[in-house]
Amino acid sequence: MTDESRRGFIGKAFGAFAAVGGIASLIAMKKTWDPLPSVMSAGFTTVDVSGLEENKLEIVVWRGKPIFILKYSADMTPTEGRNIKIGDHYYSVMIGLCTHLGCIPAYRTVKKDFKCACHGGEFSADGKETFGPPPRPLDIPPFNLDGETLVLGEEGEAYRALVAKA
Amino acid sequence: MAEFKKADSMLEWFDQRLGVINFSKVMMTEYWIPKNINFLWAMGALLMMMFGVLLISGIFLLMYYKPDVALAFDSVNYTIMHDVAYGWLFRHIHAVGASVIFLVIYIHMFTGIYYGSYKKGREMIWLSGMLLFVLFSAEGFSGYMLPWGQMSYWAAYVITEIFGGIPVIGGDLVVWIRGNFYVSDSTLTRFFMLHVLLIPVVMLGAIAFHFYSLRFPHVNNEAGEFFDYDVEAEKYLAGDKKGSKVIPFWPVFLAKDFFVMGVFLIFFFYLVFYYYGFAMDPVNFDKADGLKTPTHIYPEWYFLWSYEVLRGFFFEMFGISGKDLGLMAFAFANGIFLVMPWLDRSPTVAPANQRPYFKIWFWLLMIDLIVLTIFGKLPPTGANAWVGFASSLSFIVLFLALPVITTLEAKKLGAK
Amino acid sequence: MKELKILAVVASLVLVTFYGIEPYAHHVMHPEGKPADFKFSDLKNVDTSLKGDVTAGKESFVNNCTACHSLTADGFDPMMSDADSAAAYGVTPPDLSLAGRIYEKNFLANFIFDPVTATKVEHKYPANGSKVYPMPAYSWMGAQEIMNIVAYLESVSPKAIDEAGLASLAAKEERTLFDVSREQNAEVFKSACGRCHDMKYGGLSATTPKVTIQGYMGSTPPDLSQYIISRGSHYLDGFINNPQEYLHGTGMPRVGLSEQAQAEVIEYMTQVGDPKKTEREELGPKVLLYLLIFAILAYLWKRKIWSEVH
Repeated sequence: MTDESRRGFIGKAFGAFAAVGGIASLIAMKKTWDPLPSVMSAGFTTVDVSGLEENKLEIVVWRGKPIFILKYSADMTPTEGRNIKIGDHYYSVMIGLCTHLGCIPAYRTVKKDFKCACHGGEFSADGKETFGPPPRPLDIPPFNLDGETLVLGEEGEAYRALVAKA
Repeated sequence: MAEFKKADSMLEWFDQRLGVINFSKVMMTEYWIPKNINFLWAMGALLMMMFGVLLISGIFLLMYYKPDVALAFDSVNYTIMHDVAYGWLFRHIHAVGASVIFLVIYIHMFTGIYYGSYKKGREMIWLSGMLLFVLFSAEGFSGYMLPWGQMSYWAAYVITEIFGGIPVIGGDLVVWIRGNFYVSDSTLTRFFMLHVLLIPVVMLGAIAFHFYSLRFPHVNNEAGEFFDYDVEAEKYLAGDKKGSKVIPFWPVFLAKDFFVMGVFLIFFFYLVFYYYGFAMDPVNFDKADGLKTPTHIYPEWYFLWSYEVLRGFFFEMFGISGKDLGLMAFAFANGIFLVMPWLDRSPTVAPANQRPYFKIWFWLLMIDLIVLTIFGKLPPTGANAWVGFASSLSFIVLFLALPVITTLEAKKLGAK
Repeated sequence: MKELKILAVVASLVLVTFYGIEPYAHHVMHPEGKPADFKFSDLKNVDTSLKGDVTAGKESFVNNCTACHSLTADGFDPMMSDADSAAAYGVTPPDLSLAGRIYEKNFLANFIFDPVTATKVEHKYPANGSKVYPMPAYSWMGAQEIMNIVAYLESVSPKAIDEAGLASLAAKEERTLFDVSREQNAEVFKSACGRCHDMKYGGLSATTPKVTIQGYMGSTPPDLSQYIISRGSHYLDGFINNPQEYLHGTGMPRVGLSEQAQAEVIEYMTQVGDPKKTEREELGPKVLLYLLIFAILAYLWKRKIWSEVH
């Protein structure tokens, strides 16, 4: 009897040990599928907004999409729920894809608005649709604020407050 | 091991070493199939042939295809279509074959449902078949991405996005599947690996298992009749071929299959040469552009019914958002066929036209699936959205009602 | 007999589904646009019944057009490189050698009169707007003078070689008819489309540099290599004739091609985008015939085998 139970124990121990190896391999395989570190770091784009010029559109790429950052000049009025205040200035931070069919609108510094050349849609400086086919304002990407540095891809407090007001 | 005697013939030489005579008996000449069948029983052989056609055409495409976002589109549309001798033919065969194989799969599957070939011992045939359906779907989806056209990109985008609806892990899961935050080079290359290696290898195993699972419960027949195969086989071997209820796989069963294949191939190659547009969507001849969404996004025709179930629920109900309801319905639709053997509570194995209630259920299901398929392609606006909602709901109701219907039917038939 | 009944049921289910997802769905998603109008009958600013004088036309042409346009067929060579002229005007001004042949007469005359209305891009160049079309309107010119210029352009334009001519050219140069015909059609494409659009699979790139054209049009005009497949000849036929009708608000101007020139452009797009069409159409019947015989033999064999068991 004891012999049989010992054999049973050794069998189970062997099985359990093999299972540990199997699980460890699966974890390794799962990690091989993970996005590469370079991809992960590219998923969070940091932009130092302090050096930006007023009324000049800055375009950065975040997760394959163009992101518009526009620093307001003193004569531009910010909109509740659309603009964020960083330091002493207001900014528009938006995904730069026309909400109609995804073309990239151009910023017109004189009229202070966006014009989409594809189908003639227009947006005001805060991203609200003002003319043409676009169904909704330009989307706002998740961001976080760290002093005067904007971190795209993280949902920060300022972002949540902004979305709540919109 | 007994000593080998010198072989008198080549056959004997091989038989000594591989047991080929016995093997061919088991696999071919004494593998018994019921005689009472119609051409719908040839769909299995047809699928095997189509799998071979896809495998071979795929090998030639693989020689020139480049799984890289910068090169993929031109390697398919220029190198293969314009430069490689008969490259266009192999691409057409592969694309049309991938589409048409689903037609045969659906006919095969609904033949099984119509004749009740999933119960009373045949559950494993059904389950392994449904596993193959899942594998073929994954193979179709991963392959559709490879030409890297607009539809490849946006179908991949929309379908991977679905996983984002899974609670808690959804968001991370999508990124994990894509290997990036958006559909990108890493997505293309890993789906390429899945398409040309991992899924086909698993498929080969599943096909072998599917065939093996046929061995014990045997193939069903047109009447759903159960009989003793050993007795009938003996009759056949004794020379009473006309009186026996069985035929051997080779040559009798396959003789019929070859004829069905011949007719099917005429249809198939007509499509390959003259009507391939349905399998090679024109929109996919625009190169993938993540910044430009096409006006209409729809999957290949064989996914339309479940796609319509997904988007059929477009408004909030019981405090659950339309999106989540759609995802739940989508999960239901894709899983429910798997448990078909246990939803059908009637012990009767008979064609649907001999089952008073099941008959109605079957044809309602066919109509519903056709409606879902058609409205899955139409833009979901206005009345279309409501037809989509009604047919999606009917789909769920039909399956929820199946156990009740079949229980009542069993009582009725039992009472007679 | 019973098997045929089953086949009929299966086939009708398949056909209903097919009708819904192919012809019907496409009809819903892509409603038919207006058919092509090769007379451009909406343009009525110039009386095109006037007979133009070629000599006077050439004089007007030298005075008004050669500052920007070249016409190599009559010895007026371009003054700047493509890139430089594109930088100066926004887009490379066309060489007018083929203008008299490929543009429809009424369109050409009305285009000279007012390019913006002729090309239907008023939405991009509104009156009093800040953006101005690169070519000024010649609405101050009399109809006679415009028709003189048109007559001159028609007279210097090299004529299209017909099929017989192409065949003898192919024989002389030991090239295939396909190649010489594609080469001739390519010239029309270059004149009509090649300033903005690439034709990568035909080895052509737009004469206007990418950066310039993007600024001019708002986005980069697409490469047209696969448009014969992605859009189809039927759509292209209507679209090229009147882009606004098919894609409202598009930046693409109406080009004003004559019926023949447009057919040549579409033929070129087919020759580049679907060069195996002929091969495919030749191989098809042979394969189908083979399979028909295959099926018949399979049927006879099946009958023989099954006669023993039935």
